[in-house]
Amino acid sequence: MASITLDTVGKIYAGGTRAVTGVSIDIADGEFIVLVGPSGCGKSTLLRMVAGLEPISEGTVRIGDRVVNDIEPADRDIAMVFQNYALYPHMSVRQNLAYGLKNRGTPRPEIDRRVAEAAEILQIGPYLDRKPRALSGGQRQRVAMGRAIVREPAAFLFDEPLSNLDAKLRVTMRLEIKELQRRLRTTAIYVTHDQLEAMTLADRLVVLNGGRIEQIGTPLEVYRKPASTFVAGFIGSPAMNLIPSRAVPGLPGTAHAGIIGIRPEDLTVAPDGPIGMDVVAVEELGAQRLVHGRTGGEPLTVTMPSDAALSDRLQLAWRPGALHLFGAEDGRRID
Amino acid sequence: MIENRPGLNLLAHLTLMLGVAIVALPVWVAFVASTHTATDFMSGTIPIWPGPHLVENYARMLDAGVSTSGTPPVGTMMLNSLIMALLIACGKIAISITSAFAIVYFRFPLRNLAFWCIFITLMLPVEVRIVPTFQVVADLGLLNSYAGLSIPLIASATATFLFRQVFLTIPDELTEAARIDGAGPMKFFRDILLPLSRTNIAALFVILFIYGWNQYLWPLLITTSSDYYTVVAGIKRMADAVDGLPQWHLVMATAMLAMLPPVAVVIGMQRLFVKGLVETEK
Amino acid sequence: MKRTIFRNQLLPWLLLAPQLAITFVFFLWPAAQAVRQSFLRQDAFGISTQFVGLSNFKALWNSPEYLNSLQVTAVFAVMVTVLSMGFSLLLAVAVDRTIRSSSLYTTLLVWPYAVAPAVAGILWWFIFNPTIGIMPYVLDVVGYDWNHISSKTDALVLVVIASAWKQISYNFLFFVAGLQSIPASLREAAAIDGAGPVKRFFDITLPLLSPTTFFLLVVNIVYAMFDTFAVIDATTEGGPAQATNILVYKVYFDGFVGQNMGSSAAQSVVLMGIVIALTVIQFRYVEKKVAY
Repeated sequence: MASITLDTVGKIYAGGTRAVTGVSIDIADGEFIVLVGPSGCGKSTLLRMVAGLEPISEGTVRIGDRVVNDIEPADRDIAMVFQNYALYPHMSVRQNLAYGLKNRGTPRPEIDRRVAEAAEILQIGPYLDRKPRALSGGQRQRVAMGRAIVREPAAFLFDEPLSNLDAKLRVTMRLEIKELQRRLRTTAIYVTHDQLEAMTLADRLVVLNGGRIEQIGTPLEVYRKPASTFVAGFIGSPAMNLIPSRAVPGLPGTAHAGIIGIRPEDLTVAPDGPIGMDVVAVEELGAQRLVHGRTGGEPLTVTMPSDAALSDRLQLAWRPGALHLFGAEDGRRID
Repeated sequence: MIENRPGLNLLAHLTLMLGVAIVALPVWVAFVASTHTATDFMSGTIPIWPGPHLVENYARMLDAGVSTSGTPPVGTMMLNSLIMALLIACGKIAISITSAFAIVYFRFPLRNLAFWCIFITLMLPVEVRIVPTFQVVADLGLLNSYAGLSIPLIASATATFLFRQVFLTIPDELTEAARIDGAGPMKFFRDILLPLSRTNIAALFVILFIYGWNQYLWPLLITTSSDYYTVVAGIKRMADAVDGLPQWHLVMATAMLAMLPPVAVVIGMQRLFVKGLVETEK
Repeated sequence: MKRTIFRNQLLPWLLLAPQLAITFVFFLWPAAQAVRQSFLRQDAFGISTQFVGLSNFKALWNSPEYLNSLQVTAVFAVMVTVLSMGFSLLLAVAVDRTIRSSSLYTTLLVWPYAVAPAVAGILWWFIFNPTIGIMPYVLDVVGYDWNHISSKTDALVLVVIASAWKQISYNFLFFVAGLQSIPASLREAAAIDGAGPVKRFFDITLPLLSPTTFFLLVVNIVYAMFDTFAVIDATTEGGPAQATNILVYKVYFDGFVGQNMGSSAAQSVVLMGIVIALTVIQFRYVEKKVAY
């Protein structure tokens, strides 16, 4: 168990390409942190620097109170779960779990005890003597987690561990990971490009873009008060409507903002509403429907109950306090 | 099959049977000859069917040989061949796999130069540098020794490339997982790379065993003491010696014995053999 | 290129050391010696050597024996390649048609690969033995008086057959693999377009097989030029009257039997040039896959 501190960490590859710039995060002991962002945002690089798989070009990484910049991955007291699981194909599940412990000279009975415990937690007992090849995707995923658990590390590092699973299994495993982390109270850093996964798992989210931090906060903070148009557009589904203020002139209190953000679920149909929308298309989701249209030439999406009346033109209002204002040039939030 | 043409299928089978017959002909003739006695050849042509002297001829060659030819018993020569083939196969695999490991998993100065040094051996077969190589081996005092028979032949670019190819297909994450699991380079090599390359090693072994067993020019040059004659190189000495006296039945028995081990390996491990052959040429 | 590497600096050199040491001592150093000696000439007693520039090479160029050897090698290599590849392709196409029994035929056809070239030479030498061989007996019936000990043509034919026989399995395996990698749908499409089996073979199969064919062409030429030493030495020893004296045999003979070091070294250098050219062709073109 340990806290992890990143202090102005940066990564420049041998070719001179910059992947990460000035990232500082304080992760508390037992916290579940999710690094989220589009592909190429530097999230995996950041995780791999914490793991020790990439040299750290700038800044320092601390695990506990130890600076680990020059410490081998095996000695950082971390465990990692890989996207493709990276199970040793020639070893049985049991050997896969035990390999790291064996290398550290853990006594045999202790290894057996920890493997049995992990197998119990993850319900992989029946497969212990099988080869990874003979397991399903979900079972492999559990074994990969088991390999992390048996080490009883100071921190778990997850590198998009669910992206090779089908949608249904992903939801189940997501829950299991959350539960497991709660139970073990082990610090975790989790990388994903899936904002829903990020929202559901994280104690705190770190939204990354272009190698820099856009925002750090709890899922609700990030959802309710996105720090920039990038975060606003990335977190939340369907995505927040971002409209140049000139497309909806005369909205109260928006005079100084360049861009106005309204979540589709914050818009409601009101005959005297200040925003008029021409409906272009309707997507039925079952409980709700998404109505896509245009206002002042800009695209706009509204979530409506599926029994609400539809017409070609709708007048819309928003819930109080649901307007987000962003600067025209930098896209930063204006409060 | 696209359309059913019994005529064409029949033709295919006939072609193949004829092919198999042509391919087998010389061995059949040799086998038949090896089961007769010298007098059976006096009539002018050799018999078509096997004679009754199989055991007698083979037993004689295995433990006595033909004394007049100056060659030792075939049993001794086969043992020498076996030692040489095993040394060459194992040696090539050992030095190639470590080289490939170094080249794939490390970055160090002059790495490219090392790679090219190995690559260039492809372009220098023994036959084209035979005289100076012989001089080097003679200067090192390796004539008439197992070391001299095998070591100069165990540098191999093909095997190194094969292992390099194999290693490149092993996912990076496996190496990373091993690093996090506390495996240093040699531990990773032993615990992960070697087991994962097992079938490639076996396939390569089959090819290299045949390569080693069938060496001719090199053993012929560097063995002057009959203690180190190999069977493939010895057979020619025997054939030369018997040119006067027609002891063809004994030469053919030796030929059969000389081809038996590698042929058995190819037929017994056909799948590994084909894999090895196709992979080493990639 | 690997993303993950180990950082040690000394270890890779230790791992490479055996291979590099052997390469240096038994490959690079002798090759360098061959190049050096090709510019030198020793006197008759081997006491003094002098630098003679390119004169060893000029001597080769002016030597009718060497030119003859070049010609013999070319004829020999072409004959071995054509005979072996043609025969193997025929068998491979036949096996490709007989799905059920193909593995049996394959087993029956691959084993000559394991027979040493020297042994192959001895086997065919025996079959064609003018006094007791079976083939001269058969040829005598059709009126041909076979004698490879005196006839230059007969001797060349003998070594070509022995060398080609040994290479059949190799070519066969690669042709079968090549044929199997051609999608059946292409031939089916051609069949629907009204092309019969023979037309399909020439219009579809053969062009799509060209990468394999080209690869085998290079391999077979290399084989015929360098790996057939044992066949020659075990049978004709270059004779009669130089009729089968291919380049690798001549290097050996001039160096070891003739003790003509300068000339042998110059011949080695020429051969190295040929191997390097063939290797470059192989890597350049085979990697790019001919035409497809």
